[in-house]
This record gives sequence, structure tokens and C-alpha cells, in this order.
Amino acid sequence: MSKSEMDGEYPQDTAVQDKYELLSPVPLPHEQPFDDGIPAVLPVDVTYKAIPVRKRGLLPRLGLWWQATMTTLAANPKMLTGVCILGFFVLVAIFGPLLLRHDPAAFSNDLFQPPSSTHWLGTTQKGEDIFSQVVVGTRASLLVGFVSAVGATALSVFFGMITGYFAGLVDDILSLVMNIFLVIPSLPLAIVLASFIPFKGPGPIIIVLLITSWAWGARVLRSQTLTMRSRDFVQAARAVGETPAHIIFAEILPNEIALVSASFVSTFIYTILADITLEFLGLGDVSVTSWGNILYWAQNDQALLTGGWWLFIPPGLCIALLGAGLAFLNYGIDDLANPRLRKERKPRPVKAAKKEATA
Amino acid sequence: MRHLLRRCGFYLVALWASITLNFLIPRLMPGDPTAALMERFQGQNITENTLHAMREQFGISSEPLGVQYVQYLNNLLHGDLGFSITAYATVSSVIAEHLKWTLGLVGVAAVLSFVLGTLLGVIVAWRRGSLLDSILPPALTFFSAIPYFWMALALLYVLGFTLNLFPVSGGYDVLNQVPGWSWDFTFSVIQHAILPALTIVISSIAGWTIGMRNAMLTTLSEDYVLMAQAKGLSENRVMLSYAARNAILPSITGFAMSLGFIVGGSLLTEIVFSYPGIGLTLFKAVVGLDYALTQGIFLVIVVAVLCANFLSELMYTLLDPRVRQARG
Repeated sequence: MSKSEMDGEYPQDTAVQDKYELLSPVPLPHEQPFDDGIPAVLPVDVTYKAIPVRKRGLLPRLGLWWQATMTTLAANPKMLTGVCILGFFVLVAIFGPLLLRHDPAAFSNDLFQPPSSTHWLGTTQKGEDIFSQVVVGTRASLLVGFVSAVGATALSVFFGMITGYFAGLVDDILSLVMNIFLVIPSLPLAIVLASFIPFKGPGPIIIVLLITSWAWGARVLRSQTLTMRSRDFVQAARAVGETPAHIIFAEILPNEIALVSASFVSTFIYTILADITLEFLGLGDVSVTSWGNILYWAQNDQALLTGGWWLFIPPGLCIALLGAGLAFLNYGIDDLANPRLRKERKPRPVKAAKKEATA
Repeated sequence: MRHLLRRCGFYLVALWASITLNFLIPRLMPGDPTAALMERFQGQNITENTLHAMREQFGISSEPLGVQYVQYLNNLLHGDLGFSITAYATVSSVIAEHLKWTLGLVGVAAVLSFVLGTLLGVIVAWRRGSLLDSILPPALTFFSAIPYFWMALALLYVLGFTLNLFPVSGGYDVLNQVPGWSWDFTFSVIQHAILPALTIVISSIAGWTIGMRNAMLTTLSEDYVLMAQAKGLSENRVMLSYAARNAILPSITGFAMSLGFIVGGSLLTEIVFSYPGIGLTLFKAVVGLDYALTQGIFLVIVVAVLCANFLSELMYTLLDPRVRQARG
């Protein structure tokens, strides 16, 4: 038996297993005239059908997961929406600054102008073009959020899986630390930390966001790893004499990829919002062009009380849109992982009974 | 009972950890606060004596960390949080003055958001697949992605500045009202609290609705719900006493967990509306490099959130017999 056969993900019955192996997403011509009573396409979800049995290791599995995601994306409108919105902002962050007509930091004589054809989103009190600022700011805001989210997710994978896998003292101490970080409100902690760090800029903000955001993901991954610890494939790996590091990161981790990605997306939402919030409060480097700093300067120059709505709306809408996109992505992942939420369109007995009651 | 004792123990440890964290943060940072203050008083003559006095005030000493720690704990026990250089009063008196505003605002708004959001979630799950169900969750998702401070700015601009429906800043009408238990003053306080409270409710309601909807969907597919309907019980009874009652448990744990977020968000809301609570004071302290006040406020916020968490856990134990019986 190969290792993945012991995973328990696939039926142990070899006869059924052969059918799984034969099935590709689109039945090949020679597969179609099955006449042994078993339908050519088993009533199994597309996601699982596409996974061949013999692949093992982290990379091929990631590849398969990606492939499966692409297949599911078409059937999952929430996720598709999220991916499109995120993709749009990533493209703007990468290529946007190359296509601009105005230098975002250049002052001009058009002071405090509402949106017009020359300045699409208007200008600041100093005559800077807001459209250029928003486009250029996308890069800084996305980058800080992304780097912190990647770091925080790495931390939460590390701590979550270590505490979930090892029982005893290690788990007790690390879980305690984790739970303490969970109950300490993160934004006040971030504000206090950022205000005590003597130098300003993206670096300190990333450090602050790392410290305040790893605990949530770690907690989720810990409880999932706890349920994985006693599964057959883990015990088999232990019996073969694999090191704990190998078991945790090569055996258990690939099974939690969906959970890790969901936790990454939630962390990303938090880090982007927290980054913008800290910058809005003036705790970042105020000379950098970013969404948070546009809002900081707008607030600083009393733009709202003089009617300058165009200074607030564009960065705010971008943040909200990006946040909503990420949230949709997460609901999509949720739908994938939780079949109960997926079967939305099917009529259920409760509804039927309700209709009768109202009729 | 054992379960409760364990939780008490945890909260005590968490309290100790946050006090220690509060002690360590300024002391582990590179540089020292007086250096920052020196920069602020640039150009003025600062003698060695002044510097020494300032260090005394901040509680910075050259003594070993352990001695400082004992001193710090001792001061804390006596309610001495240091001296605020921006408000020119003791930190504890500044906090006492502003805490009631925040407690009132956040308390009312958080409970309101929880009750409304949960009810919406129940209704949306009950009418699954209806127009309401397809519009409300995505719309709420969009709202929840808006940062608190931006929601506050938008409400301030539209309802406060453009339509002039509500006052845009402060906790009451400072020019015309004298604080006291008069009708006019109470009315003024409520009028000023509407916009900040609305901000907190709108920004935090989505989590409750969507969480409750998902929990409801799980309970709605249980047999006892079908059974209740088969018995011919009224729709409201099945929805509220059968399905919602069992689905609400995760939301109550969630209430404790998300309280930290709501508190964080309310800090920003206060800053935007210049609401005279803890958040605005914290912001002023941070901007004015008032380290003692910053630390004091952080400590108060942490203690408040810990207490609220503990209370909600007590409630959970009361509501869920499984927790009591399994571990009690």
C-alpha cells in the first residue's frame, strides 16, 4: 500500500479504488462504454474526482489542489468574484504606476479641485492628483498587508501545528500564550506597539501586524491538527519512524491546505485594514504614498469639514472593495470545505413544510 | 465547577501577562521616551535636573529590570498609573473621567449590534433562498469590509455635515449644556452618541448575521426541527425556540472573541467623532508622546476586555448544559 492509500481519504475497497483511478475530469473515449453497472461518472464531487491516487508529496498535491480549485471556481460564484476583485487590485499594484499621467507627489496649481477630466478623482489641498495617489498607494498598502499576512500565516501554521501535534508541556505553554494573545484586543495593542517603536515606516508596521495577527490562525489549525493526530495515516507514518517534523509538515499539513488558505485570507483582511488604520492615525511613515496616508492627510487638512468628499471616497471604496473581495474568497473556501453550505439550491424538507404551512 | 476554576486561573494568568507586557513594551524598545521628549522641546534649555525629573516622572530608572518590575506592580496595586504630561493630571483620574463615555457607547452599540445581527441571521436562514437571503449577506459583507474609521467618516459627512441631522463631534453640546441629570443634557448626550453608535453597529453587524445564518442552516437540517414542524408548532416557535436557541451558542462564544475587535473599532470611531472617550484620549496620548497615559489606557482596555470575556464565558456555561455536565 502506498502512503496516500493509507490516508483514509479514499475508499479502502480496491474495486472502488480502481474506478477512482480510471476517472479523469472528462471521461476518456475508451472509458465511456462501461457496462458493469457502475456509472461512468460516479456521483462524486468534481473536486475529488480529479485527484489521482498515486500523487504524493507537498508540491504535486498543491498542484492538484490548484487544478481542483480552478475547476471549482467555475461552479463557485462567490470565489470567482473574490478572485476577480483581488486579481484586479494585484494588476493595479504591479502595472498601475507605469501608466500614470501625473506624478502622485507633484504639487500643482489645481488646489483642492473636485473630480474633473484632467484630475479624474480631484486634487488635494496641495494640488496632488488623487487618482495617481490611489493607484500608486495600492502597491504599498497591498504589499505591507501581503507580507504581514504571509508571515503571520507562517507563524500560525508553525505554532498551531506544533501545539496540535505535541501533547503535554509544549502544548500547554504555547496554547496559553496563544489564548492570551487572542483575548488581548489586537488593535489597541498594535497602536501602543507602533507608538513605542521609535522609527516609523513599513518595517515596524509589518512587525506590529505580525505580533498581533498570528494567534487566530494558530488556534484554528491547532484544533484541526488535534483531530488529525490520531488518524491512521499519521499513526502509520509514526510507525514507519518518520520524524515529527516530517509528519507535521509533509503528512498533516497538505491535508489542511484549505484551512491554511482560509486563515491566510482572513489574516490578509485584518493586516490590510490594520495597516491602513495605523497609517490613518499617523503611526506610519507619512511621506509614503499609500491608502492609509491619503486618508491621514485628508483628515489632517480637515478635508471633510470643508466638503472635500473626493479625498475620502476613493481610498475608502478601494479598501472596502478589496476587503469584500477577500471576504468572498473566504466564503468560497468555506463552501468548498463545508458541504452543508454548498447545497444551497436544493429544496429541503424544512422549506417544503414551511410552504405548506403558509399556504 | 472545576471548569470554572480553570477558566478563572486562565484569566488571572492573562491579566498578569498583559500587565507584564505593558511593563516590558516601553522598556524593550530601542531608545528611551525622554529622548523623544527632548526632541519635542527642541531648542529649549534642558538641564540635567529637568531630565532627571522627567525620568522620575516616567518611572524610568537605571535600576535593574527586576526591581523596576516590583516597583511597577506595587504602584499598580495602589492605583498609581503615573502622571500624564498632556492632560497634566494623574493617569487614573484622566481615565476615570473618560472611561464612562466609552463604556456607555460601546456597551449599548455592541449589544444592539449583537441582538439585531443575530435576529437578522435567524430570519435570513429561515427564508433561505429568498430575495432577502440573496441580497443581505453580500451587502453586509461589503459593509463589514469597510474600516470603522471610514464608515465613521462617511456617516459624518453624509448625515452630519451635508444633511446636518446630527452633531458631528463631541459627547454633548459643550456650549449650551451643563453636565448633570437634566433632560436637556441627556437628550444632548443621546443625540451626540447616535452617529458613533450607528458606525459601530453597521460595521460589526455582518459577523453576527452571517455566523448566525450558517449555524442556523446546520440546526435547521436536524431531525428535531422537522419533528417540531411535523407536530404543527407555529412557525415562530420552531424558528426561535427550536432552531435559533441551539444555533446561538457559537455566537455567544463569538461575542467574547469579537469584543476585542469592537473595542478596537470604537477607538477609531471615537477619534473621528472627537467623542470624549478612552479612544480619543489614547489617540491624543499617542500623538503627544504621553507614554504613561498610553500605557494606562492600554491596561484599562485589556482589563475591560478580559472581564467581558470572562462574563460571557460564565453565561455560556449557564446556557449550555453540556459544558456544565461534562466538566462540572
